[in-house]
Amino acid sequence: MTMERSIFVDPSRCIACGACVAACRECDSHRGKSMMNLDFLDRGSSTEALPTVCMHCVDPVAPCAQVCPVDAILVSDDGVVHSPDPSRCIGCQNCVHGCPWGVPKFDVEEQLAYKCNLCYDRTSVGLGPMCATVCPSDALYYGTADEVRAARPRREVVDVFRFGAQELQSGNWMVVPEEFSVLTFPLVGP
Amino acid sequence: MSTSRRRRLALNTRYPTPPGVADLHSAGAEATGGWETDKADERWVSTHCAFCGVQCGMHLRVAAGEVVGVEPRMDTHNKGKLCPKGVAAYQQISHPERLTHPLVRDGGVLRRASWDEALDRVVDGIRKVQAAGGADAMATYGGASMVTEKTYLLGKFARVALGTRFTDYNGRMCMVSAGAANYRAFGIDRTANPVTDVAQADVLMVLGANVPETFPIYIRWFWEAMDRGATMICVDPRETALARVAQIHLPIRPGTDGALLNAMLHVVIREGLVDESFVADHTTGFEAVAESVQAWTPERAAEVCGVPAADIVRAAEIYGRADKAMVSHARGMEHQVMGSRNAMAAINLCLATGNIGRPGAGYGTITGQGNGQGGREHGQKCDQLPGMRHFTDPGAIEHVAAVWGIDPADMPGPGEPIFKQLERMEAGEIRGLINICSNPMVSWPDQARVRRILEGLDLYVVIDIFLSESALLADVVLPGSAWAESEGVVANSDALVCKINKALDPPGEAKPDMWILNEIAQRLGKGEHFPHQTPRQVFDELRRASAGGRADYAGITYERIEAEGPIAWPCPTEDHPGTPRMFEDLRFYTDDGKAHFNVIEVEPPAEEPDDEYPIRLTTGRNVAQYLSGNQTRRLGYLSDQTPAPWVEIHPDTAAAHGIGDRAPVRVTSRWGTTVLPALVVKTVRPDTVFIPYHWGQPVAANQLTKAAFDPISWIPAFKTAAVRIEASDEPAWPVTPPPVWEAPTR
Repeated sequence: MTMERSIFVDPSRCIACGACVAACRECDSHRGKSMMNLDFLDRGSSTEALPTVCMHCVDPVAPCAQVCPVDAILVSDDGVVHSPDPSRCIGCQNCVHGCPWGVPKFDVEEQLAYKCNLCYDRTSVGLGPMCATVCPSDALYYGTADEVRAARPRREVVDVFRFGAQELQSGNWMVVPEEFSVLTFPLVGP
Repeated sequence: MSTSRRRRLALNTRYPTPPGVADLHSAGAEATGGWETDKADERWVSTHCAFCGVQCGMHLRVAAGEVVGVEPRMDTHNKGKLCPKGVAAYQQISHPERLTHPLVRDGGVLRRASWDEALDRVVDGIRKVQAAGGADAMATYGGASMVTEKTYLLGKFARVALGTRFTDYNGRMCMVSAGAANYRAFGIDRTANPVTDVAQADVLMVLGANVPETFPIYIRWFWEAMDRGATMICVDPRETALARVAQIHLPIRPGTDGALLNAMLHVVIREGLVDESFVADHTTGFEAVAESVQAWTPERAAEVCGVPAADIVRAAEIYGRADKAMVSHARGMEHQVMGSRNAMAAINLCLATGNIGRPGAGYGTITGQGNGQGGREHGQKCDQLPGMRHFTDPGAIEHVAAVWGIDPADMPGPGEPIFKQLERMEAGEIRGLINICSNPMVSWPDQARVRRILEGLDLYVVIDIFLSESALLADVVLPGSAWAESEGVVANSDALVCKINKALDPPGEAKPDMWILNEIAQRLGKGEHFPHQTPRQVFDELRRASAGGRADYAGITYERIEAEGPIAWPCPTEDHPGTPRMFEDLRFYTDDGKAHFNVIEVEPPAEEPDDEYPIRLTTGRNVAQYLSGNQTRRLGYLSDQTPAPWVEIHPDTAAAHGIGDRAPVRVTSRWGTTVLPALVVKTVRPDTVFIPYHWGQPVAANQLTKAAFDPISWIPAFKTAAVRIEASDEPAWPVTPPPVWEAPTR
């Protein structure tokens, strides 16, 4: 259940242009709705920004799908975690709250949840997803880990993340400084 | 998918909601054909983007007579990549606000008119103006977002149909400083190296170019260079996304680039880093320049520029020691009274170190507008005839007159930059103006004066696709064609001639721009000189007119571009491969074949901060908007990102003035005043504030800028205004200063 090609997220290259957000809306499988998130980390201090895509979690597989009470979120054999099936979604927002990355979005008007499906209409026929296809700076890149390692010296790619005691392996990857092999997020708050 | 056909126009959604909740419908207008498309009915039209000088390839998705979407195209240049403007560009074509019939002013208001009535008004107006004030009482003002065929036709229209010498174009606010510098140093107005050379350089120096926001696609070559271990020197008063990762960021005071570059050359000479043999064999004027920069010690420049002398020395040494170094600059350095001289100072540095004409070693001025390069080559620029020919060359007039079928004696002389023409309009000498594809009521400095001048004209005609701020003042508004509604070529910032293809006819009663110009010419009795039925006929005439000139298109055909991809001029014959990189043979286009050093006398900015206006204002751009915003402000996603302008203020300065983040600030200059929300950020110099300029009144940045110009290029000094700021009780224009995406609240 791993993807042949995946998205590599490299925040060091992000120029905060928003092309990914604009392009996500153009994907025919969710036209007009952007599943991308783009955040300035601290605009008061810097222009540094972080694009957040669905990581298509592998192990544990798709927390969003696991917490869905009506099995609306399909994980296909190629590892893609799909958007909630609108004929099943009951608008409970479990996926919105269960995702460690904050990816699924809830449409209040429609009372339906949506998430990235890796532009399945495109990637299933060999095209790249819209966000990584258009990304001007390759902060989002669609390809293989070997390609990224070869092209970007002094960088490592990671697909293992620790949230407190919980380890998670994802289908998409982060590009990080070479001293990292796992990304650890300390738990904060109560 | 269940998205309805609800049409949400940009202006309805001023306040973005945080991601994660209910923002799925607020991202702006859908394509007029609706989001739901049946792909089986679609045809794709391969073309290039409507916006900046990168000219990204894209496919337009066309169905049921409307452009319904965009598909990335693996063009050689952009390889599928698009910035947000490129993604949304298609939405302007079948946009509900398109002008679909002529308008004429009647009793003070614009009302619908037939083409016959509107054109009669135009032609009667021209006749009256010229009967009273002579042929030169009419002027034309063009744009560099039009395909080259239109810009060529406009130059010919002005000189042959109107018989006026007064034609100019909006590159006057874009490329003229760099062009003047390139012409003086190299004898030709074209970028020396293609941007792809950036990836091969060891040292990159970028001055006044916010590449990540204004040319996002070009950033990949900068990142590639840095992956290879290149060193980046970034000169910008703001910490842009490029400055953020530069090894050396020199956040100089706006308007002081010339001092910095003179001091860098001083260090290069002092440290013995001059490429003596290159200078001796291929240049002239070095000695005088070397003497002139003697006085520009790094310490003196540090005082002027407001950056440490040690940083200037370090930057100069790194640049001077590089085997292959590239200098790139854009409007930040050029929108100053020193604009042309700054660019010449940058070229001095390249020449002194022998960085020209090699892969990864050279000089690039990044052209802003979509056809900023092509738009200045073939005759709508006041001092040039097609092929980048100058009036100073008598052979040029004879050649072009022969192509146009007129007596050389009837060729009007060289015109004047538009901002000189404005003085003639104020004096009542020029009484009529035809403005196509430009929006001075956003883009010209000192907006109060601009309005006075335009309103005082006897005849003011606007040809555009939307009712721009400038069209609102017109006597006659003629609905023209958008970029996807005619065939033609553009030259991108690397002088690559790209082919734009037609997707649709103009909507409603709107007409192709070329038809409009030809029709006016017919009615003026000059129809014999305007027989063109198709863009191809214009292009073939343009090729003949340019043949033998500096910008030689003789060897470029539509078929060649379709078959081979974009071709860089000069391209004199059909078997010539084009010229991606200039000066590889170290022969230059000057009379003596050598590159020329130019002595740079540093002059202070047109307005210096003083007690009354103590803060430096510099204006610029945002990634979601293009030029005057007449197109991008109407496109949902883009407008949602930046619905209105803001003012970036350093936290120390904000605190000293009692201004909070997002709080309203009154910004006042000698020329005007406005209230904008503050974006309090450390990414701007404490003595400087920044306002993006893409909007009209009441929030136009150009209400605050002075009508001061570079005496060589007549580019406005947009980057060096002086203002005072104060916390305001009045509500700012209702905006959230973008681009700021809130963290989801959960």
